[in-house]
Amino acid sequence: MRRPRTMAPIVASMVIVAAVSGMSAFAGDGTPVPHPPRGKGERCVADTGFMRKNHMKMLLHHRTEAVHLGVRTPQYDLNGCVSCHAVEGSDGKPVSFASDRHFCKSCHSYAAVSIDCFECHASRPEVQGKTAFVAPADREVAAIDRYLRDIRP
Amino acid sequence: MSTEPQQALPDRRTMLRGLGGAFATLLAPGVTLYAFGANDAQAQASPKVRWALLIDLGKCPAGCDLCVTACREENGWQGNGRAETDAQWIRKVRLRDARTGQDREVPVMCQHCDKPACVDVCPTGASFKRPDGIVLVDKHICIGCRFCMMACPYKARSFVHEPVTDQKPWAPRGKGTVEGCTLCVHRLDAGRPPACVETCAAKGGGAMLFGDLNDPGSEIAKAVARHAPAQIRSDLGLEPAVRYRNL
Ligand code: SF4
Repeated sequence: MRRPRTMAPIVASMVIVAAVSGMSAFAGDGTPVPHPPRGKGERCVADTGFMRKNHMKMLLHHRTEAVHLGVRTPQYDLNGCVSCHAVEGSDGKPVSFASDRHFCKSCHSYAAVSIDCFECHASRPEVQGKTAFVAPADREVAAIDRYLRDIRP
Repeated sequence: MSTEPQQALPDRRTMLRGLGGAFATLLAPGVTLYAFGANDAQAQASPKVRWALLIDLGKCPAGCDLCVTACREENGWQGNGRAETDAQWIRKVRLRDARTGQDREVPVMCQHCDKPACVDVCPTGASFKRPDGIVLVDKHICIGCRFCMMACPYKARSFVHEPVTDQKPWAPRGKGTVEGCTLCVHRLDAGRPPACVETCAAKGGGAMLFGDLNDPGSEIAKAVARHAPAQIRSDLGLEPAVRYRNL
C-alpha cells in the first residue's frame, strides 16, 4: 500500500506546532513531558526535585499557619511562587491561570490535576516584576523535609 | 507487710512520665502548626493582643465614604453593579432619631466579637477567631452554607455569588465562600493599620482610632476607659471589638 505523499508535511507541521506550543515537547524517548517556564529568581526555595514532589504539601501547611496564626514567612507564600514564575503574555502583562502558558497550568493540565487555588488567589502578580522572593536558609528547607517525612502516611 | 504489691504499682515518677507521653500525643496536632520551623515570634496573631476600633461619629461627616472606598480598593471587592448580591465589607448606615430629627451615619463592618455568633454556628470550623481577636473565614474550608451570615446580627458578612478574577494578591476571595472585614489582617501582620483607619486619618475626619485594648497604655484603651463608648446591640453579649462614640 502506498502512503499518500501529502502526509509528511502534515505530520511535520503537527510536530512543529507541538514543539512551539511548548506544552508537551517530547523527551528523548518520545514521551511528551511538560516544560514549565523557569522562575526569574536565582534559585527556588528548595531543590527542583523536592519542589516537584512536595510543593502541594508545603502550600497546604503554610496556608493553615498563615490564615490561623499569621505566620507569613515570605518564601513559602503562594504569591512568591506566582510572582517569580510569572509568564509574560503577548500584551506584555503576566498571563493569568486562564492561559495554558501559566506556570502552574502548564504542568497541571499535563498531569490532569485540576486545582482550585486560583478561584480565590490571584494567579498573577499585581505589579509586574516585583517579587517578594527571599532565599531561605538551607536549615529551613531541612526542617520542611523533616516535617514532611514525619507526616507522610 | 509485704513490699511486693508496692513494687508492682508504678511509682509517681513513672506515672507522671506516662502522663507526659499522653500529653505529647495530644499536643502533636498543635505541633504541626509550626511545621516549617516557624516559632511563636513569627506567628503575628498573639493571644496577648486584642485589636479594637473606636469610631467617633462626631467626627464622621455625613456623605463621607472614604473608609468604604479605601476598604474596597485595598481588598478588591468592587462588585458587578448588582447591589442585591455584591459583597460589602463595610457600609455606612444612616440613623435618624425621629424625635429630635438628629441624623448620623455609622460605618458598620464586622465587629470582631469576643463571642462571635458566626463562629458558634459554623459547621466546618471555617469561621474562626484568631488568637488576637480578629474574626475571619478560612475560605479553604468554608462550604458556603451561609449559616454565619444568618447568625450575624450586624449583617457584616457577604457571600460571593459570581466568579472573581484578578483578586488582590493579599486578599484572596472567590465564588462560593463567605467573606467580611478582616481588619486588614495582611496589613496588621506587616505592622500597618487597617486601610479604613489610615484613609480616615489622612483624608477623612480622623474618626477612627485603632489599637490594642489589652495594652493599658494604648490610645484606644485610654479612650475607652475615659468615654465608655457604646457597642451596637451590646445587649446580645457578643462583646464586639468595634465601639462608637456619639452613637
Ligand atoms: S458559610 Fe462558610 S464560614 Fe459561614 S458558616 Fe458556612 S462554612 Fe462556616
